[in-house]
Amino acid sequence: MKVSIYRYNPDTDREPTMKEYDVDTQGKDLMVLDVLNLVKEMDPSLGFRRSCREGVCGSDGMNINGKNGLACITSLSSVAPGVKEGKKALVLRPLPGLPVVRDLVVDMTMFYNQYEKVQPYLQNSTPAPAIERLQSPEERAKLDGLYECILCACCSTSCPSFWWNPDKFLGPAALLQGYRFLADSRDTATEERLARLDDPFSLFRCHGIMNCVSVCPKGLNPTRAIGHIRSMLLERGI
Amino acid sequence: MSIRTITFDAIVVGGGGAGMRASLQMAQSGFKTALISKVFPTRSHTVSAQGGITCAIASADPNDDWRWHMYDTVKGSDYIGDQDAIEYMCSVGPEAVFELDHMGLPFSRTEEGRIYQRPFGGQSKNFGEGGQAARTCAAADRTGHALLHTLYQQNLKNGTQVYSEWYAAELVKDGQGNVCGVIAICIETGETVFFKAKATVFATGGSGRIYASTTNALINTGDGVGMALRAGLPVQDIEMWQFHPTGIAGAGVLVTEGCRGEGGYLINKDGERFMERYAPNAKDLASRDVVARSMMMEILDGRGAGPDGDHVFLKLDHLGEEVLHSRLPGICELAITFAHTDPVKEPIPVVPTCHYMMGGIPTNVHGQAIKLSAGHEGQEQFVNGLFAVGEVACVSVHGANRLGGNSLLDLVVFGRAAGLFIEDALRQGMTQYEPSNDDIDQALSRVRRWDDSQGGESVASLRKELQSTMQNHFGVFRKGDLMHEGVSKLADLRERVAKAHLEDKSQSFNTARVEALELDNLLEVAEATAIAAEGRKESRGAHARYDFPDRDDENWLCHSIYDPLTKQLGKRAVNFEPKTVDTFQPKARTY
Repeated sequence: MKVSIYRYNPDTDREPTMKEYDVDTQGKDLMVLDVLNLVKEMDPSLGFRRSCREGVCGSDGMNINGKNGLACITSLSSVAPGVKEGKKALVLRPLPGLPVVRDLVVDMTMFYNQYEKVQPYLQNSTPAPAIERLQSPEERAKLDGLYECILCACCSTSCPSFWWNPDKFLGPAALLQGYRFLADSRDTATEERLARLDDPFSLFRCHGIMNCVSVCPKGLNPTRAIGHIRSMLLERGI
Repeated sequence: MSIRTITFDAIVVGGGGAGMRASLQMAQSGFKTALISKVFPTRSHTVSAQGGITCAIASADPNDDWRWHMYDTVKGSDYIGDQDAIEYMCSVGPEAVFELDHMGLPFSRTEEGRIYQRPFGGQSKNFGEGGQAARTCAAADRTGHALLHTLYQQNLKNGTQVYSEWYAAELVKDGQGNVCGVIAICIETGETVFFKAKATVFATGGSGRIYASTTNALINTGDGVGMALRAGLPVQDIEMWQFHPTGIAGAGVLVTEGCRGEGGYLINKDGERFMERYAPNAKDLASRDVVARSMMMEILDGRGAGPDGDHVFLKLDHLGEEVLHSRLPGICELAITFAHTDPVKEPIPVVPTCHYMMGGIPTNVHGQAIKLSAGHEGQEQFVNGLFAVGEVACVSVHGANRLGGNSLLDLVVFGRAAGLFIEDALRQGMTQYEPSNDDIDQALSRVRRWDDSQGGESVASLRKELQSTMQNHFGVFRKGDLMHEGVSKLADLRERVAKAHLEDKSQSFNTARVEALELDNLLEVAEATAIAAEGRKESRGAHARYDFPDRDDENWLCHSIYDPLTKQLGKRAVNFEPKTVDTFQPKARTY
C-alpha cells in the first residue's frame, strides 16, 4: 500500500516534504502504528513517538488522512474506505497547530503549559484523615469521563480556537482536567479555580465547534466539561 | 572531551510510578532533584497497569491484616522473596495507599465511601486458611493510569525539575567504582550532558521487549539493568520472568487479572473450565505462574482454540454488560480494538505473554544497590551513590513469582522509602564522588561507538533476532539443551551487535540513535537472563524446567547472582528474618 508521510529534519532540510513509501501489509488490517514500524524498518530516520502501543499512554497522536487520532489504535480499515486495500494512500502528518520538531514529532510545550495553568492536582485545605478521604460512589462517578484523559493533544490541536490563541485559550484538554478537579468532592479550591478561568480567553474562547469530541480517542467529551464550568461561573456571578 | 555538567543533590532516572514517587519525596524535602525520563512521564509503562494495587487497607474486609498479605506474597514468591522486605512493603503499604488517595487518585468506591477492593490471584485470608480475599485497590481497570497521572500532578505541584525526553545512556563511576551520576542525551537536540549527583536512583522499569511477545510498552528495554551490567554490577534472580496468563492472542496486549477477580474464567476449545483440574481451590485465581503453565499444558495437549490451536479463551459474558462496563471498561475497549471481540458477547482469545521481570539490581529496603565483593560471591557491599526502585530493582519482594497488584504497591512503597532514606542521608551529608575526565570519557564510549559506526547490520533486524531467540529458548517451559543453544546464539548476537550500524547520525529527535542504544541494553538483559536460567537447575515459581521439574530447596532456596564480568552465576541468601512476625517456613505450594 502507499503511505505518504510528512518529513522534516531541521538538521538537513530547508522545508518539509511529503515522502512516499510502499509498504507490504499482506492485506492485513494493521494499526497505523504497525505500518509506521514497518516504514521505520526500511527507513530508520523516520521520527515519531510511541510507547504503550495500546492507546493508553498518548504518545502517538498524529493527523491521519486529515483527522487527529492515535496511530496505535487506528486500524487501516477505519481511516478511510480504500486505504487498507491500497486504493487510497495513507497520509500521515504531525498534529496541526504545534511547532514541528522533526517528522511526526511536535513540540508540545504550549499544550503542557496550558495543562499546568489549571493547577491539575487535588487541593484540600483540611487535614488529611488517617485513612482515605471518604467519597460516595455517586460523587466518584462525577469523575468518569474526565480522569481518563491521556494528554495525547488530539483534541486541542484539532480546535480552531486553540490554533488561534494557543497561549491564551487553555484548550479542551486542559479545561477537561480543570473540570476534573472542580468535580472532585475531595477538592476544596473551587472558588480559586473558577476565579482563574473568569476572563475572556481561558475558557470563553470555546465556541462549541466540538472537533475535540469528534477526535478524542478515549471517547471523552471536553465540550460538555466546558459547559459545566460555564454554568459554575454563571452561578458564581449571580 | 569535555561536556556540559549539570549538578543535583539527587537524580532519578525513569519517570514511571517508582521514579515519580521517589522524586516527589525528595522534591518535597527541598533538595535539588532532577527526574530524567526518556518519555514524557505520563507515557511511562506504569500507565498500562490495570487491575489495581494490592494492600490490606481493610475496606472490603474490616478484619483484613497485612500479615495475611505478607503470607500470600511469601508463598507467591515460592519462598525466595526476602521476608524483611515483604514485611516492610505489606505493613507500610496502607499508609502509602492512603497518601495516594490524599493526592487525588480517583479510586473506585464502596457504598461506605471507602476505596473499592477486588479479589486477585494468590490472595487469601487468615494465612491461606480463610478462603479468597479481596485486597486489590482499584480505579476501575485503569489504576496505573490514575496512579501515574496523580504522581505526575504532584510532582508538578512540588516543583520537581523534569528532564522529559532525555535518554540516560550510561552510569558514570569514579576509579573506585563509586557512582557519580549518568550521561544523558537530550533527545530533542542531541546534546550529551553529564548529570552529576550524590544519589543516582534507577527507576527504569522492566525489559519485556527482550521477548517477541510481551505486554510491555515499546520503551521497556531494560536500560537500567543494561547500564548496571556494563558497569560491572551484578543482577539478581534475572532468570525469573513472569508470563501473564491473559495477553490478547496475537497482539500481546494485557487483559487484567481483575477480569478473573470479578468472576471471569478461562475455558479451552471444548468450553471446559480447565483450571478446576489444575488448582481445585483457587481455580482461575491461582497465582500467575500456575495459571500460565496450566494454559500452556492445555495448548500443548491439543485443547487450544483457533486454527492453530494456540490460545484459550477468557470468558466474561456471564458477568453482564453492566458489571463489564462499570468495572472493566478499559478491557472492553481493548478487546474490541485488538481482538475484534466484544466481551459482553463472546470470550477473549488469550495466551500467556511475557509481562514482568522479577529480577533486577539487588537492593535493601532503602533502595541501596548491593554488590558482592568477588563478583558472584563474597561479602555484600553497597554500591556508593546508586539506588534502584520499582521493576528494575530486586528488593526482593516478588522472588520467583509476583502476585498481581503487588507491582504498584512495590513501586510506591519503595519509591517512597528510597526518597525518605536519601532525604535523610543528604541532611546528614552525602559524599559527591568526582569522576576524572577519563571516567567520563569511558562512559561516553558506547554513545561514540554508534556515532562512529560505518556499516554493518541494522538495529531492527538484530533486535528481531534477539527477541525470537528469547521467545523460543527461554519461554514458559525451559529445557537445558534448548537453553544452552540459546546462550550460544546470544553470544553470537553480542559480537554482531558490537559491529552494528547506526546510519542516521543527525542530532534532532533522532529515535534511531535511541533504538540503537536500547539494543545494547536488550542484549545485556537477554544474556543475563539466559545464563541465569540455564544455571538455576530446578523449577521454582516462574522458572519451570522439563529437565529439573521439582523445586530443590536443598540447593536453590536462594537468590541467583549473575556477575557480568565473569558471566558466572553465584548464590545469595534469602532473608528469612522479618522483624515483627515469625518466619514463614517454606512448604509445598498448592492453590
